This record gives sequence, structure tokens and C-alpha cells, in this order.
Amino acid sequence: MGATVPGEASAEGAPARSFLTTISSALAPVTGVVRSLEIDTRMLGMIGALIVIWVSFNIVSGGTFLTARNLWNLSVQSASIAIMATGMVLVIVSRNIDLSVGSMLGFLGYTMAMFQAVWIPQSLGLGFEQPFTWVLTLVIGIALGAAIGGLQGFIVAYGGVPSFIVTLGGLLVWRGLIFRYAQGQTIAPLDTTFQMLGGGTVGTRVGALGEWPSWTLGVVMCVAIVYVMISSRRRRRRYAFPVRAIWAELLVGAVTCGAVLGIVLVANSYPLPVNVAIQYAEEHGIAIPPGGLFIPTGVAFPVVIMLIVTLVVTFLATRRRFGRYVYAIGGNPDAAALAGINVRRTIMLTFALMGSLAAVSAAVQTARLNAAVTNLGVQNELDVISAAVIGGTSFSGGIGTVPGAILGAVVMQSLRSGMVLLLVDSPTQDIVVGIVLVAAVGLDAVVRRRVN
Amino acid sequence: MLIQKPAMPGVAPQRVPIVELRNIHVAFGGVRAVAGVTLDLYPGEVVGVVGGNGAGKTTLMRTLSGARPPDSGQIFVNGQPVTIGNPRDAKALGIETIYQTLALADNLDAPANVFLGREVTSAATLNDAAMESATRKVIGRLNPNFKNFKTPVLRLSGGQRQAVAIARAIHFNARALIMDEPTAALGPAETAQVHALIRQLKSEGIGIFLVSHDIHDVFDLSERISVMYHGKLVGTVNKNDVTTDEVLGMIILGKPPTKLTQQELAELHG
Repeated sequence: MGATVPGEASAEGAPARSFLTTISSALAPVTGVVRSLEIDTRMLGMIGALIVIWVSFNIVSGGTFLTARNLWNLSVQSASIAIMATGMVLVIVSRNIDLSVGSMLGFLGYTMAMFQAVWIPQSLGLGFEQPFTWVLTLVIGIALGAAIGGLQGFIVAYGGVPSFIVTLGGLLVWRGLIFRYAQGQTIAPLDTTFQMLGGGTVGTRVGALGEWPSWTLGVVMCVAIVYVMISSRRRRRRYAFPVRAIWAELLVGAVTCGAVLGIVLVANSYPLPVNVAIQYAEEHGIAIPPGGLFIPTGVAFPVVIMLIVTLVVTFLATRRRFGRYVYAIGGNPDAAALAGINVRRTIMLTFALMGSLAAVSAAVQTARLNAAVTNLGVQNELDVISAAVIGGTSFSGGIGTVPGAILGAVVMQSLRSGMVLLLVDSPTQDIVVGIVLVAAVGLDAVVRRRVN
Repeated sequence: MLIQKPAMPGVAPQRVPIVELRNIHVAFGGVRAVAGVTLDLYPGEVVGVVGGNGAGKTTLMRTLSGARPPDSGQIFVNGQPVTIGNPRDAKALGIETIYQTLALADNLDAPANVFLGREVTSAATLNDAAMESATRKVIGRLNPNFKNFKTPVLRLSGGQRQAVAIARAIHFNARALIMDEPTAALGPAETAQVHALIRQLKSEGIGIFLVSHDIHDVFDLSERISVMYHGKLVGTVNKNDVTTDEVLGMIILGKPPTKLTQQELAELHG
């Protein structure tokens, strides 16, 4: 590589600058490849960081990090933060913030628990364990979440009160309401079908897809990915626009589908717990083989929910006018207004969406605990905002992606989970996550300054 | 006759103004930014709107573009009284604006900016390919060298950004165009391009309000020149009837040419 020589030669004179020059010239062929792949470089950087984190933890922990069991748990733990992070991206992109998501989650989780454990069975006299209980609870929870999120959004958009203040108030109000009405009580147990949303097990029922449905999900997703790629390529062709090189198209498709199927493979490599498996085998008349019984767990329901939420919010953000307006408002609120966009309504809707996603996460978390406790979701707002920011969402507005936020949530949860494996205490975990948060955003700022 | 009377409907039956602003008032708190201004604009003509800083020309134009509805006064489009309460109303009436700030969402690409608020959708989803295709056509007309249709407009040059803002205004069959300082941020070559464009649009029968501080630009391009001073209209003159010094006198002293003394004119000529 002749290009790196001048960089090295000047290294003695101006070390810092020439170091970067050397790196960028050495990376020249790589950046060429990246450009023809047309992938967000920040996204690639995050995937790279995630791989580094995973491999490092695996080495340091003596091979316990990259196991099906740990990765399955990691996926479940990431899900509830990731679900909310998708909505937080849109809130932050439109130059707002929602500090109330943790308290909303607690309030909504508590309300949903009351619904299925008290109001539906007792107050309405419909009895416990009705087949519709979980759906009704979830629908009411999501509607209530949209309403209280929308109320905060209304005050922000139409009342002109800064979102930081409104949602700081919300953080106190929703949490206060829980304490006021719960009187310290824990609401449990929950409807057994509802509990499946958390990914746990009740008897022989498991909150996961199982082996073949997981594969089906994986294949369906791959088909969908390929379909979207082909149709968008066709559309660009129809207008005679430049398209990606065919090798780049194939590579991106293969890697994406490979990742999806890889996730399914990992989830299917995680067996059901022994006692659950034995009970399941007895109920279904399966003979237990001498080597022990291996029943694949499959993709956990919280992860399935996260995937659905990701698809829906990504669709809203990139394929609908609503999303375009959110980004336009973030880029230049005055321009958005002058273009005739209803800025206030759009902002209110982002908060309503955030509230409904807090309800979805509340369902996952309460279902997983099989209870609603008064401190449910405490400090979740910090994790959710961190996930969005690590995932490349900019506080100056207009920049951020939903898949980025999902990756951000996985990066954060990987750090925590890895440190738990290494028996790092909780305060130290906080210190590390805090440093990583600042470092990630700082690095991003430096890189962006160089690019512009 | 130097000072024109505003054309009233019925007085000139063969030609109806595309846009007529009548007795417009705008106040910010106690400050009267625009006080009783009347202007009109005919198809295929350019009316220069000039005045010093704070004369109220941008505020007046914002009442027409819907950015700031007037406190009182009437707006007529093709002789019909209309209410312009927001930018959407103005666009629906065929009144497009190129703002001095360009009003672009910097994080979005050119097609997204051109179609902002008027996106093309198919099956309730954004049809980016159709929007890009249309954008390539309209920008190609303005600047054949423009290639960056997928990059955020933040990374474009001043001239390219200007092209995006102009494309947005002319793509939707505007009948009247408000251009607020369209060449203030441009180099000589790009300025010449914008001048050529203005002449072309004029020949297509579009009426243009050209807001500018550059008296030479205005003399170059306009048929009539309206001068504002401290929120009021000093007068509207035909370009061929006045000298630049006389218009400068209107801008600086707020007096119509008939009331300028020889001494004042001499001082202006400096």
C-alpha cells in the first residue's frame, strides 16, 4: 500500500494528525467497498463494536458468553428496552425527549396487572384465566399508553412547554400515582397466557415459538427481506436510476438473511429446562432418549414482539409521511412548518407512540415477573435514551434510525450481561455503561467532524 | 404619471392581477411591521419589492406565503378574495415561496425537500422513486450538473441548495412566486443562472415578487418596483420611468421621486 507510506513518514512530525491520515488511507479500499454496499457506516461501526464486545467477553469469561443460553437470555433482556428505544428515536429525532418512559411503564404495567388480576375477573365478574384476558389487557394497556403519552405530547406541542419539563413532571406523576394506589402492594399472579409475553414458562407452556415456528419466522423474514430488496431495485431500474452492484446486493442480502437465520439457530440451540422438558415429554408421550431430552426453546415471545415493533416503527419512520415529517421537523422545524406540515400534531403523535410502546414493554416486563411491583421500570428511561443515543440518534435532531437503536439496546445489554458473567458489581457496571455512553457519542462526533 | 394607483378590479377589465394585497397590516407587539400596504402582481411580470432593513418587505411577503397571516387587510387571487391562514393555503392557491433562508430540512435529501409536505404516495407509502424521478427532471432544468440526489442537502453547495429550494417552488405549477433575496448567497455564475430562470418563468406567465436589497438586480429583472419604508409603501414605480438614484431616494429617505429635492438627489448620487 503505497498510500500509507507518506502517512508513516510524517508520523514523527505530527503524530496525532498523521495517525488519522494513515488510518484513512489504509482504509481507502475498505471505504470503497462500503460505499458500493451503500450501508450506513455508523451501523457497520456498531456491528463491529458489538462483535468486539461479544468476542472479548467470551474470551475473558472462558467461553460462557457466546453460549445459546446466554445469548437467548440476552435477547430477552434487551427486548423491553429495545421496544421503547424504537419510539425514543422518533422523539429525539424531532428534538424532544421523553424522561417519563420508566414511570409510564410502571404505571401501565400496574394498570394492566390490575385489569387481569382484579378488574376483569372480580369487578366485572368474568372470572380468571379467560382466553381473551391477555388480548383485552394488552389492547387496553396500549390504548391507555397512547393516551397518557399523547397527553404529554399535547402539552409539549400545543402548550409550548419544553418536553424535558413535561416528561420530568410525568416521571414524578406516573410513579407517584402507582405508589398512591398500590399502597406498596404487589399485584400477582397474572393470567397464565399473559405471562407467555414475558418469555417465561408456566408448567409446560413456554413463552417462546418453539423449533419449527422459529424456523418459519426466520424463513418468512428472509423472504420479506429479499422481496423488499428486489422490489426497490426494480423500482429504481424502472426509473433508470443507478442501482447497487449486483455482488453488493447479493452480499447485503446474504449477510442480512444469515444474521436472521443465525438468531433462529441460536434460539433453537437453547433447550427447555430439564424438568419442563420431561413434563412436556410425558404429556406428549415422547420417549426420553438415553442422552437426555433436547427440546429447542426457539425465539422468545419478547423478541418476537420486539421484531414486530421494529418492523412497524421502521415502516412508520421510513415509508410513511408521518416519519418523513418527524425527520423534517428534527432537521429544521421552521422549514417543516413553512412546507405546510402540521408540526404540533406530528410531535404529539410521536409522544403517543412512545406511550403505547411503553405499554408494550410494560406487558413484557410484568409478564416476565408474573407480577406488577411499584418500582417496575425505575430508571428505564436512562437505558432507553442511552440505547437510542448509542445507536446513533443525535440530540441536535433529525438523525437516528430504528435499527440503530435496537443495536444500541443490544450493545448496552451485552455490556451489562457480560459484566454479570464476570461477577462485576452493579455500581461498577453503571460506571462502565456511563463511560461507554459518553465515549460512543464522543467518538461519533469526532468521526462526523472529520467526514464533513 | 409616475406613481401608479393600485389596480382595482373593474378598472382594468382586460387584465386581472394574479395576486392583490390590499391594505395589509401586521404588528409584532407594539411594532407596526407592515402598515396599510397595497400591492398587486400581474401574470408574466416581475415586481421588485425593495426597502432598507426592517422596512417590512419580508413580513409583507410572509402574509402572502401564509407564514404569518395579516392582522387586517385583504388578499385577492385572480380577483377573488381569499384567506391565507397557513403555508398550505398559499400553495393550494398556486403561490410558492423561495425563502431567503431557503427553508430546507438539512438532514433530508433533495427529493424529500422538494416534495416536503406534498409527498407522492402509492398504497399509502412514500414513493421515493417517483419523487426522485420528478426531482431529477425539475432540477435538471435548473442545473444540469446536479448529481447528488441521495445526499442530505446539508452537504450541497450554496448554489445546489438554492436549486433545491427553487425546484420545490416551481415543480407544482406555481402561478405566483415570491423570491426573497434569491441571489444573496450566490456567486456570479449562479446568480446569472437565477436571472435566466426568472426571465424564463416570466415568459411562462408566472408572476414574481422579487424581494431584494440589490437595486441593480431589481432594475435588471423587474417591470415595476415597489418601495417600502418603515412598514409603509412609499410607492410603486415603472422601472422605465425612474433612475436608480430616484429609487434609492425612495428607499433611504422614504419619499417618492416627485418630492425629492435636487439637493437630496445630488447627495444620494454622492
